[in-house]
Amino acid sequence: MKTIEEMKRYLREYDGKCITLMEVCGSHTAAIAKFGIKGLLSDRIRLVSGPGCPVCVTPSSYIDRLIELAKKKDTCVVTFGDLLRVPGSRESLSVAKGSGAAVKMVYSPMDTIKLARDNPSVTYVFAAVGFETTAPVYTLLMEQAEKQEIRNIRLLTSIKTMPPVIDWLLRGGAAIDGFLAPGHVCAVTGSDIFLPPARTYGIPFCVAGFEAKELLIAIYGLVRMAESGKVGVKNCYPAVVTADGNRTAKEKLSQYFEKQDAVWRGMGKVEGSALVLKKKYAYFDAGSAGLMADHKLNPRCCCDAVLAGKMDCAACPLFGGECTPKTPQGACMVSYEGSCYQRYLNRD
Amino acid sequence: MDRIMMEHGSGGRATSELIGEIFAWEFSNEILNAMEDCAVVLGNKKIAVTTDSFVVEPLEFPGGDIGRLSICGTVNDLLMRGAAPKYITCGFILQEGTEIALLKRIVHSMANTAREAGVSVVAGDTKVVEGSGGMFINTAGVGFVDDGVDISAASSRAGDAVLVSGSLGDHHAAILSSRMEISNSIISDNAPLCEMTERLLKENIAVHAMRDVTRGGLATVLKELAAGSGLLFEIEEEHLPIHPQVRDFCGLLGLDPLYMGNEGKMAVIVDEKDAGRALELIRSSKYGEDAAIIGRVKCAEEQKDSGRLVLKTALGGRRVLDVLEGEGLPRIC
Repeated sequence: MKTIEEMKRYLREYDGKCITLMEVCGSHTAAIAKFGIKGLLSDRIRLVSGPGCPVCVTPSSYIDRLIELAKKKDTCVVTFGDLLRVPGSRESLSVAKGSGAAVKMVYSPMDTIKLARDNPSVTYVFAAVGFETTAPVYTLLMEQAEKQEIRNIRLLTSIKTMPPVIDWLLRGGAAIDGFLAPGHVCAVTGSDIFLPPARTYGIPFCVAGFEAKELLIAIYGLVRMAESGKVGVKNCYPAVVTADGNRTAKEKLSQYFEKQDAVWRGMGKVEGSALVLKKKYAYFDAGSAGLMADHKLNPRCCCDAVLAGKMDCAACPLFGGECTPKTPQGACMVSYEGSCYQRYLNRD
Repeated sequence: MDRIMMEHGSGGRATSELIGEIFAWEFSNEILNAMEDCAVVLGNKKIAVTTDSFVVEPLEFPGGDIGRLSICGTVNDLLMRGAAPKYITCGFILQEGTEIALLKRIVHSMANTAREAGVSVVAGDTKVVEGSGGMFINTAGVGFVDDGVDISAASSRAGDAVLVSGSLGDHHAAILSSRMEISNSIISDNAPLCEMTERLLKENIAVHAMRDVTRGGLATVLKELAAGSGLLFEIEEEHLPIHPQVRDFCGLLGLDPLYMGNEGKMAVIVDEKDAGRALELIRSSKYGEDAAIIGRVKCAEEQKDSGRLVLKTALGGRRVLDVLEGEGLPRIC
């Protein structure tokens, strides 16, 4: 068992083959930047950010639909703050809000219950974006709405799942030597969910937490596995993650949702990567079906290549010039968890 | 009548009654009591002037209220330029339906805070608008600056120490908890910083710059000071004072205390030789017990470091900090 100091020294002095590791969780992207982890690694260990920020991978037609709803009479869109600035094909929710669209920012989907109870004549549409992590909360929102007989809550869903997109990346030939598996997703799904891609593509996965030490331990684990050619899933976040996940949450997900194809912003269609409401619960749906169009704001935007780990943020011709956090041209620059946003913040 | 009605803003009898019973009663002083169209005050030094508007929601929150906040915010802005605050004006915009008992509590708290800060409310105005019981306050503040005092964002120098007068994010976390109906022990830090700034100046500490840490948090404030001076500001994560309950609260919600607002904290840039003494003076002042030296101002050896704020993380990494992007949390002050 190595100490953190020993791991730090190992990662700093590593001079083996060049290794590219991908994190696929927006909170990991933000935490890696927050703790300054890239600066602690040898030049031969490269960290890249994959499609792990739910806001970043939401297609423009979804934003357009939200804006359309927010402008409708007696309808109010309820959302997490980070979705506000994401560009649709014409404008963002934040711009639409400025010109009178009804948009309410909350910290928890459950806040919608109180809003809906207090204003029964308004229909509240929750912008249900996210991965396996957030989706169980949406089932609780629907459950509570039913229990309290609140009938003015709807969801516009753009919920995505992680394993299909990892498969899509590896099938497409992304040059990744190991994945930092998302700790929160695994808390729901269980870490075994990544066994099939690990075996199919002969690649290591390490489930990581979100504290500095937890991230370092997982990166160290991945480098050691990649170096020695080990394949499999290592759980470096055992305090929270088990092999088969949270049964209750998984049951709720399969009660309310079913799989469908989804469009990922800048990437295109990924089979079986969406969770959509089952027919039985269609009365909660605010029109989420068919939102597949994804309009590129700027034709030279390279978010697709960046999200697939094929291009470094700074190599995009728009990076830092036309595209900055104030003038985001693509999804990766929009959210605090986006890879370009974080790179811009820490640019040299 | 127990609620504000449109007639309270008519300028007629109801208005004068409201002014007499609440504002004049609480704020009573010689200048205000004259009830003239404007206040005429004495002064023979350089004059510092500021204005601020307060739209916080909820109006009362753990540790404070919009009234106390309006005095603290105005007074602290004056203090940050080395001024001694003296006079305040306040304009109330009341929405129809505001409970009069609530207004009384808020004005009372405002009067108490003004006394604490040593300022007089010398002029005021009341308007009533349609709505549902909300309240906005606009203030102006006047203070006097002694000759030879020159404190401004551009005055930081390489070698200076960076101090913060106490724990980060308290006000922001208190407002957010209150809005989310989460009960915890976090209370707002809204407070006037008169005692500590007065002592720093009186003891001839070489204060180069001061900023109160409000919306945007410490990172935004220090980034602005760095940009204003063209120097490199380096702070250390390990030395940042943050209350454990605020840290946990932020952890749960994915918030960063570096970008959360306070209403009774300041960042101070002082000459290196005075850093220890400055820390002692702030720590022994009211509201300064958790003060800390958190970093240094350095010469930007490379062009890219000019105007940059860098955090050295506890792990030994580096993180470049920019100003707050986007909305943050609306209406915290």
